[in-house]
Amino acid sequence: MSWLSPTLQVLLVEALWETVVMVGASAAIAVAFGLPLALLLHVTAPGGLSPNALLNRPLGLVVNATRSTPFIILMVAIVPFTRLVAGTSIGTGAAIVPLALAATAFLARLFENALREVDRGVIEAARAMGATRLQIVVKVLVPEALPGLVAATTVALVSLVGFSAMAGAVGGGGLGDLGIRFGYQRFMPEVMATVVVILILFVQGLQSLGDWLVRRLSHR
Amino acid sequence: MASHRPLPRVPLPGQPDRPAPDAIALDGVSRRFPGGAVALDEVSLAVREGEVFGIVGRSGAGKSTLIRTVNLLERPDAGAVRVLGLDMLALDDAGLRAARRSTGMVFQHFNLHTRRTVAENVAFPLEVAGIPTAERRARIAELLPLVGLEAKRDAYPAQLSGGQKQRVGIARALASRPRILLCDEATSALDPETTRDILALIGDLRDRLDLTVLLITHEMAVVKAICDRVAVMEAGRIIEEGRVFDVFTRPAHPTTRSFVAEVIGLDVPEATLARMPPPPPGTIRRLAQVLFTGPHATCPLVSEASRRFDLDINIVSGRVDEIAGEPFGVMALAAGGSAGQVGAAFAWMRELGLIVQELDR
Ligand SMILES: Nc1ncnc2c1ncn2[C@@H]1O[C@H](COP(=O)(O)OP(=O)(O)OP(=O)(O)O)[C@@H](O)[C@H]1O
Ligand SMILES: [Mg+2]
Repeated sequence: MSWLSPTLQVLLVEALWETVVMVGASAAIAVAFGLPLALLLHVTAPGGLSPNALLNRPLGLVVNATRSTPFIILMVAIVPFTRLVAGTSIGTGAAIVPLALAATAFLARLFENALREVDRGVIEAARAMGATRLQIVVKVLVPEALPGLVAATTVALVSLVGFSAMAGAVGGGGLGDLGIRFGYQRFMPEVMATVVVILILFVQGLQSLGDWLVRRLSHR
Repeated sequence: MASHRPLPRVPLPGQPDRPAPDAIALDGVSRRFPGGAVALDEVSLAVREGEVFGIVGRSGAGKSTLIRTVNLLERPDAGAVRVLGLDMLALDDAGLRAARRSTGMVFQHFNLHTRRTVAENVAFPLEVAGIPTAERRARIAELLPLVGLEAKRDAYPAQLSGGQKQRVGIARALASRPRILLCDEATSALDPETTRDILALIGDLRDRLDLTVLLITHEMAVVKAICDRVAVMEAGRIIEEGRVFDVFTRPAHPTTRSFVAEVIGLDVPEATLARMPPPPPGTIRRLAQVLFTGPHATCPLVSEASRRFDLDINIVSGRVDEIAGEPFGVMALAAGGSAGQVGAAFAWMRELGLIVQELDR
């Protein structure tokens, strides 16, 4: 990267690391919260394992509301919450909070779709064999949906890379932030180009990894 | 397979001829789905221990709903369900799960776990029942040879043929040593030859493991191949029921008749009929299918009828077959003569116990 000054090279590596941290941490949180949420939505849906409209409706509403709020607005709207959780509202750590929240809602829906793809016949067979509801969820639903869950996570990771660039605008750092500050505001096209290429490679890598994992996991 | 059944059934001393108790007894079972469809309309049914009982009917007749009420995958709105003497509707959750383990179920689309190998699929009901790993392994080692799948133990369902998948389904259904096997269209996704293999396997397992089998199908050929008794369903009701041989040879209901015709009906070759000269003036020619059961010899009957009633009788086609080990003959004949005599001849044959069905053309 001799077209960049040594200082910029250091900044670039730092920014890449920040992006990895933001995307990785928020994705991990989103999976941790999104999967139980999706299971709850799926199981309580009409015709599910234990239908419960009283739980399903409000839950679905909250998820939808979060999903339909534009990320930039969500980020600003939850600043008090972010301060409460991260102790600050600026920086990489603070950016993880809104990213994780948006990704959780996003993933919950994607996961729910993956769960819905599971063949009802297999569930029915498990019931006929005397499985409890918990056994059906743990031993049938999740394992059968696993390739779909991984594919959904890949989609979320790729979206998070894009969102993390926006988080840069509130001081979250990362590659997007670097691109804006140097490439755009200081008019250094070579920085912008480098950032874009790295982002493309990053996304490609994530996608390929996800696809490979899905192929390994599914036996269809 | 001496190890399969831990408690062999021993005839009760002093009661050698006691009739076998009902393995499955449905009494006035009704089920109406929200939206109006009456899937079951006061169905009563008794499946005896050790028999293969078939339920046949057209699509939408309520067959699946019926078999699903046996292990309460479908809860009836009204009626009683007793399985092996147990009042299923009175059970709590844990009791119901235990009862379900004593009735294996086999499905049309196999319903295997795509991400589990053959061995892992068969292990599933044992896992669910909390059987320890070592015991599970031992059980799988006896189950796979039973269905001829030792070589495929580590294959995934996607790598198996339809017939092999159903063998996995059967092994899985038998894993927890059930005494009842429920089969919902178990062969409907298979080709005719594989269907025969799977039915032979089910029949063989019934004998070896002392199973009671309740089997649903829309194909009379399946009933003919394996069932002892059969019930015919239409619009949520059982319209006819009896020993397979009786239902096949003496169907009472028109729907049953059309089902039976699929299997034992005769093709009357159009060309043969066309080649026959027109009946002489003043006479008629009627076509009838005649079914012989029991000791009748066909030829003397035809020539005797011909002589007695002064008829010309052509045998258009004929064949001898058997149902559940009982032989029967069926033939199509064209009887020509005066209208009165033809009718009298058919009546005479019926009196002799033949089943005469006039074929319209
Ligand atoms: N879950 C359901 N909700 C509403 N209606 C249903 C449901 N399941 C079955 N039915 C209706 O009940 C009737 C009987 O269905 P059932 O599946 O028992 O028929 P079947 O004899 O098994 O048919 P097939 O041979 O096509 O499998 C049909 O009219 C069907 O549309
Ligand atoms: Mg059906």
